[in-house]
Parts: sequence; C-alpha cells; structure tokens
Amino acid sequence: MFKFASMLMTPAAKYLMLAFAVLFPLVAANEYQVYVMATAFVWAIAVYGLNIITGFCGQLNLAHGGFFAIGAYTLGLLTADFGWSFWPAFVAALVTTAVLGFLVGIVSLRLKEHYFAIFTLCVGFIIYLLIDKWEELTHGAIGVRDIAAPYGFGVVDFTDTTPFYYLVLAFLVFAIWFMGRLSKSLLGRTFLAIRNGDELAQSLGINLMRNKVLAFVLSTTYAGLAGALYAGMVRFIGPDEANIQHTFDMITYLLVGGIGTIMGPLLGTIGIVWITQSLQFLEEYRMIIFGPLLVLLVIFFPRGITGSFLTWMHRKSQALVPGKKREESKVNTVQPREAESNA
Amino acid sequence: MLKVEHLTKMFGGLAAVNDVSVEFETGKINAIIGPNGAGKSTFFNLISGMHEPTSGRILLGGVDVTKLPSDKVARLGVGRTFQTTNLFEQATVLDNLIVGHRLRTRSGLWDVLINSKRLQREEKSARDKAMEALEFVGLTHVAGQFIADITQEERKRVAFALALATDPKIVLLDEPAAGINPEETVGFAALMRKMVDEKGLTVCLIEHKMDMIMSLADKIMVLDHGEKIAEGTPEEVRNNPVVIEAYLGGDEDAAA
Repeated sequence: MFKFASMLMTPAAKYLMLAFAVLFPLVAANEYQVYVMATAFVWAIAVYGLNIITGFCGQLNLAHGGFFAIGAYTLGLLTADFGWSFWPAFVAALVTTAVLGFLVGIVSLRLKEHYFAIFTLCVGFIIYLLIDKWEELTHGAIGVRDIAAPYGFGVVDFTDTTPFYYLVLAFLVFAIWFMGRLSKSLLGRTFLAIRNGDELAQSLGINLMRNKVLAFVLSTTYAGLAGALYAGMVRFIGPDEANIQHTFDMITYLLVGGIGTIMGPLLGTIGIVWITQSLQFLEEYRMIIFGPLLVLLVIFFPRGITGSFLTWMHRKSQALVPGKKREESKVNTVQPREAESNA
Repeated sequence: MLKVEHLTKMFGGLAAVNDVSVEFETGKINAIIGPNGAGKSTFFNLISGMHEPTSGRILLGGVDVTKLPSDKVARLGVGRTFQTTNLFEQATVLDNLIVGHRLRTRSGLWDVLINSKRLQREEKSARDKAMEALEFVGLTHVAGQFIADITQEERKRVAFALALATDPKIVLLDEPAAGINPEETVGFAALMRKMVDEKGLTVCLIEHKMDMIMSLADKIMVLDHGEKIAEGTPEEVRNNPVVIEAYLGGDEDAAA
C-alpha cells in the first residue's frame, strides 16, 4: 500500500495523469463528457488562482468569482461589441484582471483576516451589480452573445469541443506548472510565511503589502484567464457568472482537494464536478447525497484529499527512515527518568 | 549597538512605555524584567518597528530606526522571537526555516518564471543558512520532521533558528524559557551564551525565570508601569531597594 501510495506522487504519476488527460477525448463516451471535463479544467485554473492568495498567502478572497466574471466579460464585450478578435481580447482580459486586481488589492489588503474576507465579499457583489445594472456596457440581464471563439491560425478549429479541450488543457498544465515552481521558490515560501502570521513574517524582513498584492494580482490573473477561456468556450455569458455562488463553489473545490497543495485544486475540482454530474438525475435531491459526502470528507480528511494524503505519506516515510532512530533515542532518554520516578 | 533615548509609547491615555532610555552593548546579554503589564513586550515591539513610538529615538548602530517599519528594521539586523511562534505545522522543520534568509535575497516573480540562476543560487544559500541555523541550535536530527511532530522545546529552538537565519546583529527574545522545564531552561541559557560567544550577537531577552536571568544576564533593566526603575548588573539589581519593593520583594500584587 505504501509503495503504491508513493508511486502516486512521483513525476511518473504526474505524466500518467497527463497522459490520461490527453487520451481522455478518445476514450470518452461522448462529446458531452469532453465538454464537462473542459469545463472542470477551466474551473480548476480559477481554483489554482484562489489557492495562491488563500491557500498560500492565507487571505480569504471572496471576490474571486467576480474576477472570473471580469475576465469573461472583458473577452466577451471586446469580441462581441468592439469587433476584436479572440487572442488580442484574451490578452486584454488578462491585463484587465491583473490591473483591477492590483487596484482592489492595494485597498482591500490593508485589512486583515475576516475584515479582508468581508471587504472582498462586498467587492464581489459590487462587480455583480455593475455587470447586472450597467446595461449600456454589459447588456445587463440579457448577457453577451456572439462571443468569438479562439481562432487556430488555420491549423485547428477551436469551435469544436475536442480542440478546445486541448487548448484548456494546455493552459491548465501551464497553471499547475507555475504553481509547482512557485510553491518551491523563495517567493512561494514568502507567501507561506505570511499565512503563518503577519507579525512573524514582518520580523523576518518580509514586506507584507508588496507580497500580498503580488499574490492577489497573480490570483486575479488566474481567475481572468479562466474567465476568458470560459467565455470562449460557452460563447454566451450573463451576470450570473459573477454570482457569489461560484466563489463558494471554488472554495469548496479547494477545501476538498487540499488547500495550499499543488494537486489539490485539480483533484477537488474534477472530483466534485464529476460527482455533481453523475448525480444530475437526482436534480435538487442530489444535495442529500452530496451534503453528507462533504461532511464525511471534512471529518476524515480535514486537510483535503491531497493534504491528508501528503501528511500520511510523510509520516510513513519518517517512520521508515531517520524518524525511527529518533523514536529510539527518545525512548532511551525517557526511560531513565521513568525509572527514577518509579524508584 | 542599540541605543534608546526617552522612548515613550502612549495607548490612548496610558503610557505603556514611559521615557525609557537605555543602551545595549554589543556582545552582551541584556535582560528586561518587570511585573506583568510593565511594558516589556511593548518595548520590544517599539524596537522592532511593530509599533511606532509616540516620542523618543531608537538608534541601531548609530542609525536612526525610530520610524522604520518592522520589515526594514529586520533587514538592518534585528531578529526576534515571539512568546508563541506560528509555524507551518504540516511542513518540515527545514522547510519552515528556509524563508528566514529571504530578506537577504532579491529573487522575484520573473526569476520564478524563468527559474533564473539568481533564484537557484539564492535558494541554495537560503537552504544552507537554514541548515547552519539548525545546526547551531542543535536540531539537525529533526530537519525532516513536521513541525506538528516535534516537542515544545524543539519548537522553541526552531523559533531561535528562524531568527538566526535572518543574519541578525541583535536578537530580541520574548520569554524564551516560558513553558519549558528547568533542565531545558539550562539548555536554553547555554544556547544564548553560545549566540554571544560564537556569533558575537547582542542578545536582549524578556524573562520571568529569575534563576536563569541572574546567572545569565550581563545587564538587567527593570521596567515597572512602563518606566525604567533600575538598571545594572544582576548583583546591583538584586540589591536595589526600589526593585525589591516593586518586584522581587513579593509585593507583586501591589505592583500589578
């Protein structure tokens, strides 16, 4: 069992997962399944963004869904109303979410902990209201139609589901690759130090504001990337994309998968999207199954699937190699003391 | 090394630290004692830049650091530990320590994206620094353990190592021996002495354990109600009637 478990975390396992993702459209029962998987990948990218600011940096950002919508609307409006083609609009969507992320970040990150969460909750709602009510720009409740699909430079046609699936997969792989590199780097460690506590981080010479804003901008850019891909995929968006519900869905994916881990956002998102899909026939009653499932997960895997798994693995490996030695030496130092007290 | 002139911090109408002037010499162990609520921790927070003083000046090696934020003060060589240190429980001791040297590195987002030479070099130096600090506090054998799996005493040593990894010139230790047994306390006293003797650091600590202070400190400052009421060698402080009155003489209830 242990051998099997350690195999799961090797680079080989990651290539295996990648191979599965690449082959998935070939083995999928129908196009709809490919579409669902592509949707799950899009959400996973957004959840990776949330993981940077909330998982690594410890700041619960409840405006994340709002930035997803800003990415989607930037792409949607530029292509549908202003006649831009997809890729320039795509870049503009990333820049817009990054710039707005910076502006929101420098204001909201002055607040700490739950004040920050409440403030960003309001920001998220304001984004929703702007999209819903600013009809001259956003068409309000009617939404945006005729969004351009990405053009494939004459090589591929991204209006088909499968090519689009691969496009999303490519961005997802990049998102995970960057997350992996970030987490191991000094910059990622800086974010983690902030999560451990503002005061401690400052005493280590870390500039809180600069690093928090950087993490925030990275996270909103991820959200914008996911939103833009989403708009290019569904080609029709409405104010509901900014619904706060999406933010809480993403937090659920993150918690289930494992907050602050590399593979957690992916596993959590894909797992829940597919469970939700397979319970679709139950309609509203699916929550009867889904609810208890979540409760069990929180009880038995408080750190999410990936987090709990990694902890378990580490304990195993420590018990096998140097930790054991330590256990023995510990026993040796304890025993004489016990003998004394017995005497 | 560290010179404090007429330092005052008001919280509303209350003077938490009131007109304190003191000088801590290089390579000495300086203790700050006083009853609960005497302003000891506030004094540390002022020096480390966590709070801005209401009035007075703080000079670090001749440089005025009075108005600097704590991250800048840390970069100028002030390391500190807290009464409780929040570490990343589900990460190894070594992983927790690597960030300690971050303030001496410059790699940013771009270095992460292209995995630059600078980033690789700095990550190696941060790791080496962490190992060095771990060795100094005598914890190399738990480098690979999760923080959640080590003892209370080892956690305190990790907190020391984290402060040491910042390459400080002076370390502020807030109750380093709180919550550990007498045997371990002796070990910590030895460790502080080693910081001074081997690294040439200036140590400044807040402590309630009198046995330890009296045998360890080169110089003691006594605070009471935010004011400095005495200063001197352990011998002088021990025999100072004002101190005995305020603190040692068992009149603690009146003082508190």
